[in-house]
Amino acid sequence: MTEFLQHIVNGVSVGTIYALIALGYTMVYGVLKLINFAHGDVYMVGAFCGFYLSNALGADKDPSLTKALVVFVLSMIICGVLGVVIERFAYRPLRQRQRLTALITAIGVSLLLEYGFQLPSIKALGFPFPPGPTPRFFPQPFTTIEFDLSGVHLSNYDVVSFLLAVGLMLMLQYIVYRTRFGTSMRAVSFDSQIAGLMGINVNRVISGTFFLGSSLAAAAAILYAGSRPKIDPLMGLMLGVKAFVAAVFGGIGNVPGAMVGGLALGLAEEFVSGYTVSSYRDGIAFALLIVVLLVRPAGLFGTFRPEKV
Amino acid sequence: MDTSTPSAGPLRTLGLAGRSVTPLAVTFVITLIAYTLLQRAHADYPSIVLTVAGINIIMAVSLNVVNGFTGQFSLGHAGFMAIGAYTAAKIMLGLHHSQIVGLSPFISDQIFFFFALVCGMVTAAVAGLLVGMPSLRLRGDYLAIVTLGFNEIIRVIIENTPFLGQATGLSGLPRITTLVWVYMGVVATVMAARRLAESTHGRALLAIREDEVAAEAMGVDTTGYKVRAFVIASAFAGLAGGLLVHQIQLCTPRSFTFIRSIEVVAMVVLGGMGSVTGSILAALILSVGVEILRSVQEFRMVVYSLLLIVLMLTRPAGIFGTRELWDLLPRPFGRRRASPAGGTP
Repeated sequence: MTEFLQHIVNGVSVGTIYALIALGYTMVYGVLKLINFAHGDVYMVGAFCGFYLSNALGADKDPSLTKALVVFVLSMIICGVLGVVIERFAYRPLRQRQRLTALITAIGVSLLLEYGFQLPSIKALGFPFPPGPTPRFFPQPFTTIEFDLSGVHLSNYDVVSFLLAVGLMLMLQYIVYRTRFGTSMRAVSFDSQIAGLMGINVNRVISGTFFLGSSLAAAAAILYAGSRPKIDPLMGLMLGVKAFVAAVFGGIGNVPGAMVGGLALGLAEEFVSGYTVSSYRDGIAFALLIVVLLVRPAGLFGTFRPEKV
Repeated sequence: MDTSTPSAGPLRTLGLAGRSVTPLAVTFVITLIAYTLLQRAHADYPSIVLTVAGINIIMAVSLNVVNGFTGQFSLGHAGFMAIGAYTAAKIMLGLHHSQIVGLSPFISDQIFFFFALVCGMVTAAVAGLLVGMPSLRLRGDYLAIVTLGFNEIIRVIIENTPFLGQATGLSGLPRITTLVWVYMGVVATVMAARRLAESTHGRALLAIREDEVAAEAMGVDTTGYKVRAFVIASAFAGLAGGLLVHQIQLCTPRSFTFIRSIEVVAMVVLGGMGSVTGSILAALILSVGVEILRSVQEFRMVVYSLLLIVLMLTRPAGIFGTRELWDLLPRPFGRRRASPAGGTP
């Protein structure tokens, strides 16, 4: 029983991270119908932003809550801006073209971030940028305290990251369903041309969507790196694919679906690696994707919209 | 179609067979001469570069069937290459000490190798069927993510299977891939791709690329054709895999990573999606370019990624677009015939 509970704790802790990243995929897919391949790499950039900012603020030697908060918020903003820049220069010029062209540039941006970050560092900068291919250790924002609830191990990181993730998701839910921006976002997602005719600034809405999604990815990266401190330029590749699977599982384009999908995927991975062979862990997401595509291609909460001419 | 072919039964069959056999026979003679000359001159390096370029051509042209003709997007071509490679390698290792009765060891090895390559193609095709069936029912971008995932999963499975040598891979393979084998493979792939493009099947694929909804309305079984194109492409990727591992005499999961898939995608995009000659040219340029730029290896992927972005932003059609080389030649030399892969670039 304790083992079962422990798996649930671990699964939820990973699942919230998947959910935060999946939200970015699902929102961008909602407004642009584009799989933003670079999203997983924005997540990676978020982790490195946190790494550089903590080193610059001295949070590695003298951790404090204020510094942790500053690092968290600044990384979110930097990544949000990065998302907007990527959209502006790589996706917007191609919006009227075939969807495949935008997909290829998305892959290009993703590779550029992954392999650009693996280049040898530039000496003149004074800090190791680009970080190079060797993994680096993310400084702990605050000291770990382990709780032991009748055999179930739980750290303060798990609690904090769970609460923060849920807080961010609630905030997003509020933005999407209760604000003016959220209304226009849903309008663009429904039909961007008509939304434009109704006086919605489609470009601004798309930029805003990229900002929201990318900053959530940065938040996920810092929450993840806080407890699993090894970060490297390729960390976003597999995680990005998994988060995308979570988004498809929940129904791509659907915000609550992405959250449920992320949690479900986290739990499924944890149970499979806990009760069977742990090296199959990376296969679960793929198997799940195949099953979803076969049985219910619109996902759990998605509605299937036939393609119109 | 070809008016010069006599319409009488047996003669026509003979003519059609000739059309298939002649290019292969000509290639066989030419590459055999080139191979012997290179062997005589002890020019190992050019020979290796040419072999690798040939394998890349097979990969690029076969991926073009999916990404170019059909307008889908596969990102896991190296996964199918791995399946073909491991199948062929396992068969060659299993038959290592056997020999067909009454034949010299050399000839018997060549026959075994042919058998191994065909088996590799079959297993890769079956894998293509399994991956393609669920994902090709949906729109093209799902295929991208499924094949990317598939590529990684294949690697994970190989690294955890003792039968396949795990991360160290299978070593001690015979070095049996020669220029002759590779360029016979190239000609077979190119012929298959060109004939596919000119057939009814190919026209259905092009219709799917241009407008899937309209194609479906015209009675094209879109999913069926997409899956078949994907299976054909996977089979040739398997062939390339079998050839590659018997060139480097080592079969490791490291040879079939996501990076290799991306290299092939870059070749197809650079050459022009839908242009077989474009893919050949791009594969040659990039394979030789990598050799020239060996000193700046770490920039290779950055260059590929910039190439993809800049090409899409400035010239999304690639070098040739959907046209073939002869469509661009001046009239006296060029066959001015409406190329089926053509249309508006």
